[in-house]
This record gives sequence, C-alpha cells and structure tokens, in this order.
Amino acid sequence: MNSIKILKGGLFTTIQDKGRWNYQRFGMSVAGAMDHFAMRIANMLVDNDEYSAVLETTFLGPEIEFCCDEIIAITGANMSPKINGEAIQMWTSILVEEGDKLSFSGAINGVRTYISFSRGLDVPEIMGSKSTFVRGNLGGLEGRKLTNGDEIPLGKRELSSKGSYLRDKDTPIYTKDNNIRVVLGPQDDHFTDEALETFLNSSFVITSEADRMGYRLDGPKIAHKTGADIISDGIVFGSIQVPGHGSPILMMADRATTGGYTKIATVITPDLSTLAQMGPGSSITFEKTSVYDSHKIYKEYQNKFEDIKKSIKENKFEFDKNLLFNLNMFGKGFSVTVREIE
Amino acid sequence: MELEKGIMYDKIKFLVAGDSSLVMEFGNSISPIINSKIRNVLNLIEASDIVGILELIPTYRSIQVIYNPLLIEYDSLIDKLTEIGNSINEDSANSDRIVEIPTLYGGEYGPDIEFVAEHNGITVEEVIRIHSSTDYLLYMLGFTPGFGYLGGMSEKIAAPRLQVPRTKIPAGSTGVAGTQTGIYPIDSPGGWQLIGRTPIKLYDPLADPPVLLNAGDYIRFTPISDESEYLKILEAVNNKDYKVNIILNGEVRTHE
Repeated sequence: MNSIKILKGGLFTTIQDKGRWNYQRFGMSVAGAMDHFAMRIANMLVDNDEYSAVLETTFLGPEIEFCCDEIIAITGANMSPKINGEAIQMWTSILVEEGDKLSFSGAINGVRTYISFSRGLDVPEIMGSKSTFVRGNLGGLEGRKLTNGDEIPLGKRELSSKGSYLRDKDTPIYTKDNNIRVVLGPQDDHFTDEALETFLNSSFVITSEADRMGYRLDGPKIAHKTGADIISDGIVFGSIQVPGHGSPILMMADRATTGGYTKIATVITPDLSTLAQMGPGSSITFEKTSVYDSHKIYKEYQNKFEDIKKSIKENKFEFDKNLLFNLNMFGKGFSVTVREIE
Repeated sequence: MELEKGIMYDKIKFLVAGDSSLVMEFGNSISPIINSKIRNVLNLIEASDIVGILELIPTYRSIQVIYNPLLIEYDSLIDKLTEIGNSINEDSANSDRIVEIPTLYGGEYGPDIEFVAEHNGITVEEVIRIHSSTDYLLYMLGFTPGFGYLGGMSEKIAAPRLQVPRTKIPAGSTGVAGTQTGIYPIDSPGGWQLIGRTPIKLYDPLADPPVLLNAGDYIRFTPISDESEYLKILEAVNNKDYKVNIILNGEVRTHE
C-alpha cells in the first residue's frame, strides 16, 4: 500500500483542505488550511486540485518516512526541510524515493508549513472535506493532530516525470510585523469615533493565545458606545471581535460559526494568508479599505493566481535531469540543485 | 403583543462583513416573527438563481450571506437580496415541524432536577410537566455542531447555572440555564442544570444530514417512563431502527 509513516508528529500537524463548507448553519466550524495561498501553491506544484488535502504543521514540523516513491512540495514557513538529512528546496516539486525520510526543524520565518502529495492523502471525506477539526474531534486522521507512529494511506496515481517551481518573485517573504487590510463592519457603528481611530492607528501585538481558532491581540483598548454584546450572529474567517475588555480577537480557520460579541471589522481574503504566517509577538496595524476596493484587490489576487498557475504549468523540469551539488564555502555547507529548464 | 412581535426593521439592513460576506439583518430582538421571516427569506434565496452565493447562515435575527465577489457585484447582490426580502410579508405561513425528543427526566440522567424543583418551590413532577408541555422554537444552531438555541421556556422552571461547570456532560443531556433550555449534542463540558437525557442522536457526523434539527423547528420533549424504555430506544437508535417522530403543520403549544 502506498503510504507515509509519521515518525514524529511535530508540534501540531493536521490534515487540511479548503474546509468544511455548507454546514455552518448546523453549527459546524469550517476549519481548513490557515494559509490558503501556501496550500494552493503546494497543490499546484504536485499537479493536484488546488484545494486537495495537505499536511499543515505549526512551528515545528514532523518527521515522515515514505513507503513509496512520491512527488511532494513544501511551502509556507521555512522549517529547514531535509530529505535524509540533506537540505531541500521549498516552493518546488520534489521527487522522493521509497524509504526516504523528510524532516524539519523549528520555523525560521513564518509559522505554518504545508506539505502536498501528488497521490493525495487518502482519508475519508466527512461532510465534503478531509479537514481536521480537532475541537470537534472530526475529519483528517481520527479527528486529531498527527502523532508518532501514524500511517496515512496515499491515493493511486502514476507519478509524473516532471516537476515545476514557483518563481522567486511570487514567493512570499514572511515578516514579523505587517499591515493588514480590513473592511469595517459589520458592527463598526457600535464603537465610538475615537475607538475606530485607535483601531486604525495603533499597533496590536499577537499574544500567546493564538491558535487555529483565533488570535487574541494586545494593544490600546477599543471602547464601545454602549456595550460589547449583541444578539449572536454569524462569524467569518477574519472577523475581528471586540469583547467587553476592549482587546480585539481575530477569528481564524477553526472559529465558531456564531458569536455574541461586536465585530469592528473583517480582514480581506488575500491578507488572511499573511496573518496565518504570523505568531505570538508579531505586531499588526490595520488599514481600512472600502468594500468596493476590497473586491478590486480580490480580483487582482485571483489574477495573480491564474498567472502563477500558468507559469507553474510552463516552467516544467525533468526530475532525472536534476543535478545536486553539495558545496562547502566559507565554512558552511550548501546544497545546490541545478535543473535543466525546457 | 408588542413584545412578541419584536422590533422588525422597516428596511432590511445590509452590513458589510469583509470582501466575501455580508449580513442581512431584519431586526434587533429575539422574536419568533423575525425568525420566521428569516426562514422564509432563506428558502427563497436558496430557490433563487442568484449566481455567486456560496453559503447562508441563519441566526436569531439575521442571515450571514457568503458570496464569491468574482461572480457577483456587491450592489447587484444587495438589489437581488432586497427584492427577495421585500417579497415576503410578515404573515407568510411557515410549515412548522415539531420534532419529538423522547427524554428520560431525573435520576442519573437528570441529576439536577431536584435542585430545579426546589429552586422554584415546585415538585419534580411539575418540572417535568412544565418542561414537556411547551414546544420550543429552535432559533438557530451554533456554538458546537448541532447545538440549538431554544426559546420559549417557562420562567417557572428557570434556574441559575452551576457554580462549577461539569467537565463532561454526556451527549443528549437536556439542561436549563436561566430561562434557556437546550440539549448537548456531543459530550462536552458545561454549566447547565441537567434535568434529563435523550437516547436519540442530535448529531452524527457520518449521517446525512449530520444534524437532526433545523433552525425553525419546534422541539417537543416527550417524557420516557423509565430506564428500560430509554434503553430500548437507545438500542433502536444504535441499530438505526429508530425513527424520530416529526409532526408537520401541527399545533404548537406555548407555556401558560
């Protein structure tokens, strides 16, 4: 059977895809990848549907043994990926052989790394998704994070002889402090003008209470006109709640479907991937955009994807024409891949 | 009647919720009339041919609309939703579903029922009678998969939350918190006063649909006489032989 074996689970590694859509009216959280950009590119690089299930790992990656040859790609945070102890490149297709061991260290930049598999992770779909929702004990592998000794079956597929890579200019650079664009609302009218000013002109730090469900932020307090509570209504990926204590909470992939706190603003879709790669101690400034401008940005973002998709389709290389050199320079070891481009 | 009617806005409010979602808000109170309008509008939006709507989440007094901005312009979406919203008057009939939830009250299945009785100066039998003689409107689902926010409980059986929440409450437990009542769909921690438990499954991730109840349903708790009957129903549920009794267009009972 084609499969991968998890030798070490890493800090928090789960199976994720686009998420569990269309069941929010039943109280079911969407879950899914935190960084959709990195997930989609990872899947493109192994010639899969962009939203196929991948592994998402946080802060410290897993150790994986391959029980078959496979094509993978590693995107997102740089956790110094290695095959059999040799450094490998990110944001490119990699042909691994049966018995190879993939390992990681702690994240150098960014927070979450994605690993895609050409044959796909063969776990059952529940409500149309393979995403793990740990709090609901559902999806992925037995509804939980991966642990030492787990084995995940892979699907059936003939491996391609060719790979591809993401152009340097499209590769995100993760920084600690970021400007995040938001559209005000749905409850921005529950805040004083001064509070809105504070929200848009201050820096907020991500606290240690930051996980797949949400990030608690620390910064100047944001005051409500009358109260923080509303009659519970819907929450989306990127909703920014402000409870009575005045400190915002960013709602992320594992968010509850509904909640009873005022929401001052909502992060725009392209900037959710930036947020997903930020961890405790990083700081955020919020920048206001109108709903109409946010739609222009959304369209540009999709066009960028189409352009990337085209370039990945065109920039193919033959795996067996790759030459790997290990160099020693300035007292440091470097691994250099030279590939022939068609 | 003013309280019952609630405050429905003259005009539906559209609130921006990011680049791919908006809130269609109908009023600012918890009222069966607003909630009923929401269900009617929801059904019409689903039956409509608006391109680009991805998902709808009905809540107490609003519908969260998730859409793809590549497929529909914001203003055009608002126009279409306004048209649908205005096409329904408040008196439009709802096809009410009354879903019967067989419940064993008291004992180890409802360990706090004596407290609820004492707190209200009535007997355990009266708590059971009052709790099971009202049909509860399920306003919305949220919090955890399958958890329904129910409205309409009599104040005669209201009780404060536990001072120290339990770490694990078995799925199917029915509790009371303030003037709210509800059923825990999955094993979870919680601070409600537990008065009974149902053997039927409100949430089964592998079933289709995974959740038994819908927003807009009325919930009728039907008392189970004893443990042997409870276990009989439980066995039938586990063998997938149990059919939940659903009354269509029945008369909804409100508390005295």
